[in-house]
Amino acid sequence: MSIRSMFAVNAAKITGLVCRKLGRQGVTWAGKVALKLYPGILKELSSQVREKIIVVCGTNGKTTTNNMLCAALEAEGKKVVCNHTGSNMLNGVVAAFVLAAGPGGRIDADYACIEVDEASTKHVFPALQPDYMVLTNLFRDQLDRYGEIDITMNILEEMIRTVPSMKLIVNGDDALSAYLAMDSGNPWVSYGVPEPVVESGLHEIREGRFCKRCGERLSYRFYHFSQLGDYECPKCGFKRPAADFCASDVEVSDHIAFTVEDRRLEANYKGFYNVYNMLAAYAGVRTAGLTADRFAEMLKGFHPENGRMEQFKVNGADVVLNLAKNPAGFNQNIAAVMQDKRPKDLIILINDNAQDGRDISWLWDVDFDLLENETVWSITVSGIRCQDMRLRLKYVDIPSELIENVETAIDKKTREGTGNLYVLVNYTGLFGTRNILKKMEVNG
Amino acid sequence: MKITIGHLYPDLLNLYGDRGNIQCLMKRCEWRGIEAKTIAYELDDKIDFSDLDIVLLGGGSDREQMLVCEKLQEIQPEFKEYVENDGVVIAICGGYQLLGKYYKTDAGTMQGLDLVDLYTVQGEGRLIDNIVLKTELFDMPIVGFENHGGRTEIGNNRPLGKVLYGSGNDGKSGYEGVIYRNVIGTYLHGPLLPKNPCLADELILRALRRRYGQDVTLSELPDEEERAANEYVYRRFVKNDQG
Repeated sequence: MSIRSMFAVNAAKITGLVCRKLGRQGVTWAGKVALKLYPGILKELSSQVREKIIVVCGTNGKTTTNNMLCAALEAEGKKVVCNHTGSNMLNGVVAAFVLAAGPGGRIDADYACIEVDEASTKHVFPALQPDYMVLTNLFRDQLDRYGEIDITMNILEEMIRTVPSMKLIVNGDDALSAYLAMDSGNPWVSYGVPEPVVESGLHEIREGRFCKRCGERLSYRFYHFSQLGDYECPKCGFKRPAADFCASDVEVSDHIAFTVEDRRLEANYKGFYNVYNMLAAYAGVRTAGLTADRFAEMLKGFHPENGRMEQFKVNGADVVLNLAKNPAGFNQNIAAVMQDKRPKDLIILINDNAQDGRDISWLWDVDFDLLENETVWSITVSGIRCQDMRLRLKYVDIPSELIENVETAIDKKTREGTGNLYVLVNYTGLFGTRNILKKMEVNG
Repeated sequence: MKITIGHLYPDLLNLYGDRGNIQCLMKRCEWRGIEAKTIAYELDDKIDFSDLDIVLLGGGSDREQMLVCEKLQEIQPEFKEYVENDGVVIAICGGYQLLGKYYKTDAGTMQGLDLVDLYTVQGEGRLIDNIVLKTELFDMPIVGFENHGGRTEIGNNRPLGKVLYGSGNDGKSGYEGVIYRNVIGTYLHGPLLPKNPCLADELILRALRRRYGQDVTLSELPDEEERAANEYVYRRFVKNDQG
């Protein structure tokens, strides 16, 4: 322990507190202050973690998987450091550690579960040196920020190789993630769903149709969604690895259930993608050498209150808030909404701030035509780019109502609608909309 | 009347919502009672250009663009003949670069199709932002998003428009895109056509006139949502009007 780290930790804690009082997301500021005062803070604090450090990377599902992993470790009696809020760039990662440290500047934890933005691995890995890395999937996301998916893959592979002992826990149904694991030279295990479960949209945009190893077109036995499925290269033999953690007897309806290692796991969420989140967290716990005896029990009480299928009650109506920030995520969200057979209203909020990606052309890669269904009574478009969203829907013959302010839209639809409202928002809309819903819930 | 759109290799060239351009062309024909069909070509398919009224060449990642480039060399003569016979082409981003003689990058030089007298050289940094143009083709501004590392030199060709906001062909000349016969090349996606209904109609009209004669006209569409989305971008970036 150093005086410097103690000083940095306490200054950061005060910053976090002040920022929260001012109603801001105090987390990243706390990290920024700590780093400024002591650039070596992350290395020092993370080296105090007694057992293992697990990082979670991948385009979609990071926050849910990471929080579930943390809850599972806690259920096994472990003390865990975790960046729960999903602040996953360097400042956010640093903040998770400093805010978990005691006033003496020391960490008292057995494990760390840290989600890391793929491009930020460059800044985080040198200090963190993880023991395990969960890689959930790789989809197109914010092309104006990250560039092509090939660039993201190159960064990840380079960083994975800097920690050669780090074991990867990889989604084997994703040819891009699996290729990365195999090519990196690091030890790895995989998880997956070996049989088809739901019908995949026919026109979905799919990444990586061509073999990363040899360039040949991959052949697929089936698709789950996007490019996830059972693939094989007819030329070089690259194929979906036999999963070490394999989900069978998968049920996807108003809840989710599947069997892995003779255990039946169930959760009260919607959306096939959550099968992967649960499976990834389970594989993480097991690969870290724990029994996961309490995993099923943990799931019963697991409610990630972070705008991922989060439920509210406003003006007597049920409201579900969910983040949808790229085509793969949005398509899965729409599928999850459509699994609810009751009449419903929808609000779609699209912003184009820097963190969302300023380029909103990805809206045209989402299969919005799936919303054309008699159970969808109304669609309202909100947010900075509501005009673009309305236009997008027009070209699949779906009329929508334009209300730029989301609070006004929520108020109107909870009063006049079906009593069953879904609010789908992209990244920068999430915190604001969540706060609005929390406020309306208290008042209404 | 009938229109056939050839979408070249969407499997490989499908970055940035390219399929929105196809959806737009199809719908705007359908709304007017014009029969429209899209043929999506895969790399090994044979293309008969005499079947086609509009060719869409989109953008892809560098790696994928290289694969396409090799293939396109094989059909260059037929493609060139189509262009010289006033076939309509809309080429976007990487597709725009492929129209020219070459695209020179740090990693090497990619031979283009040499359909239009232009060339592209990789520049310092990428030009990434919203973009607004004033064109001579119609009154409505052209709006979109650009994201390109290449700087394109169009020589004496006519540009698609003058840049009101953003970077354009090379970030210096103040112009964006190219018009050659019935070929339009541009860096704008977003995607391009839905928010620029006048441009979509220009392509449809040129294609119909080529097949059915100069008397063809297009009926007006209400375009309320299209105009609102276009105007929003124009006002925000050119007029600095955030409201």
